[in-house]
Amino acid sequence: MGRWAIAVHGGAGIDPNLPVERQEQAKQLLTRCLNLGIAALRSNVSAIDVVELVVRELETDPLFNSGRGSALTENGTVEMEASIMDGTKRRCGAVSGITTVKNPISLARLVMDKSPHSYLAFSGAEEFARKQGVETVDNDYFVTEDNVGMLKLAKEANSILFDYRVPLIGCAGAAVNDSPLQMNGLPISIYAPETVGCVVVDREGRCAAGTSTGGLMNKMMGRIGDSPLIGAGTYASELCGVSCTGEGEAIIRSTLARDVSAVMEYKGVGLQEAVDYVIKHRLDEGFAGLIAVSNKGEVVCGFNSNGMFRGCATEDGFMEVAMWE
Amino acid sequence: MVGWAIALHGGAGDIPMDLPDERRIPRETALRHCLDLGVSALKSGRHPLDVTELVVRELENHPDFNAGKGSVLTTQGTVEMEASIMDGKTKRCGAVSGLTTVVNPISVARLVMEKTPHIYLGFDGAEAFATAHGVETVESSHFVTPENIARLKQAKEFNRVQLDYTAPTPKLPEVSGDSQIGTVGCVAVDSAGNLASATSTGGYVNKMVGRIGDTPVIGAGTYANHLCAVSATGKGEYIIRATVAREVAALMEYKGLSLTEAAAYAVEQSGPRGCCGLVAVSANGEVAMPYNTTGMFRACATEDGYTEVAIWPKN
Repeated sequence: MGRWAIAVHGGAGIDPNLPVERQEQAKQLLTRCLNLGIAALRSNVSAIDVVELVVRELETDPLFNSGRGSALTENGTVEMEASIMDGTKRRCGAVSGITTVKNPISLARLVMDKSPHSYLAFSGAEEFARKQGVETVDNDYFVTEDNVGMLKLAKEANSILFDYRVPLIGCAGAAVNDSPLQMNGLPISIYAPETVGCVVVDREGRCAAGTSTGGLMNKMMGRIGDSPLIGAGTYASELCGVSCTGEGEAIIRSTLARDVSAVMEYKGVGLQEAVDYVIKHRLDEGFAGLIAVSNKGEVVCGFNSNGMFRGCATEDGFMEVAMWE
Repeated sequence: MVGWAIALHGGAGDIPMDLPDERRIPRETALRHCLDLGVSALKSGRHPLDVTELVVRELENHPDFNAGKGSVLTTQGTVEMEASIMDGKTKRCGAVSGLTTVVNPISVARLVMEKTPHIYLGFDGAEAFATAHGVETVESSHFVTPENIARLKQAKEFNRVQLDYTAPTPKLPEVSGDSQIGTVGCVAVDSAGNLASATSTGGYVNKMVGRIGDTPVIGAGTYANHLCAVSATGKGEYIIRATVAREVAALMEYKGLSLTEAAAYAVEQSGPRGCCGLVAVSANGEVAMPYNTTGMFRACATEDGYTEVAIWPKN
């Protein structure tokens, strides 16, 4: 019997001026989610089920950028996406353009388990959700006041804004000009995407991964990021489970989640080395982070961004919730 | 300085060896024509991004391949097209899904790559973007062909998604030799080692509305980096989970395999027999076109004069 391990994340790239109370809220949420996952693992719930229940919790809480609390499109609406993968047979499911389903990760799971396909989007996905009797709500359920404010800020700055949770008064304006990060040649004001994810290896050595997000603040309607793309934001194999967060376009270009597994499979290295390698060598000029578990019960986090909201725990009692290096 | 190379495909699948002439010849002619177009462009020094885009546009316009006009139909009898394109040197990429009125989805994928800060746009958002950029659009009925209406009817009669490998049911009888499967794609490398890959499709017959396959998923149906460019075709769900296109490059990078070895291995490992094929070129001007299906509509050419247009394995 192997040992279980679990990791959760709430996004890579944190504003160094993030107010202390926000930092505390984030840590509390991560801790709560980690404990949920740990309790399930102790009761021998399978990796894929643990991933789903933990990501559901992250989606339901409005703090991070997924489910309720998702970043807003340029039209002020919410379009969510998610993917989930079961390492055992590399089965996977993904959804994009979700506007009424309360828990996109569960819909992704249904796509994997109950449809002949791997990826459903927009009205087709919503129709599938209705047929499956999944819980749906109006789109405004997902919209928070904070994010309405953020969107306004983003439009004023006339740039793509990652989900940036800083008070609207004071430093926001200055911060907008502070970091001239670029993405596909266009300036980004602030960097804090807060996609959520969870990776788990259970006592049977089965790995699973899941990722969920509302995407970029002020994104174009229909924009799809890395989170629902198998191989980019999410991947799981017999060896590991990986969930990524950060600059979506960089994660897609570098097929980041897949590469962790590929490096382990083809170079024969362990999890830590594989994660270090991809973070160092695969991201070009992009900023991102990831959490990963191996079938040996290891858990690793890696990021080249300014911090990453994360938490991890292993069966031998190790537990850590952190934000910075 | 190495030579240029180009390879293109019109889909891998269970293409029966007794495909009637009237179905085989137009497709072979089209493949040859597209190959000539691509070779011409490479010889005039066009960048592989331009070359692959123009070849795929040509394949999209041809009604006998499952992309653009001639796309297979969703369960509602509509067309939902998707495509992606990737530049090997910079790894910039663009992808679209759920297009219903755009004549050339691959060109919209390219616009997403070049004119937005994003990589992938889908459905209404993609259509709106296309319209805003003055891309050529038509009535959706333009894309629907009588053969595809027949295919959909047949698939519905069997009440399952065509190419649905999950249930062990008897083989579908083909609609007079079902040669309209898979996807179209093109990969190219120029003498400076610039690489590009482009793929486009209508998806699966009788697919659920909103179903996305491997074609627009970077790393699955399309991939290019400094070593190679790959375009895959076949059963989308397998290609996604095996990240087939990325796999070829990963095997070259991490295991030091040659293009031929990596491409063959990637196809072999992707799933059971009959699930995929791909075309690939390397920075060194090599070409590989492996498939584990009965056949794959394909063509390739290299600067040293080699050309090939084929459907089944060479005997």
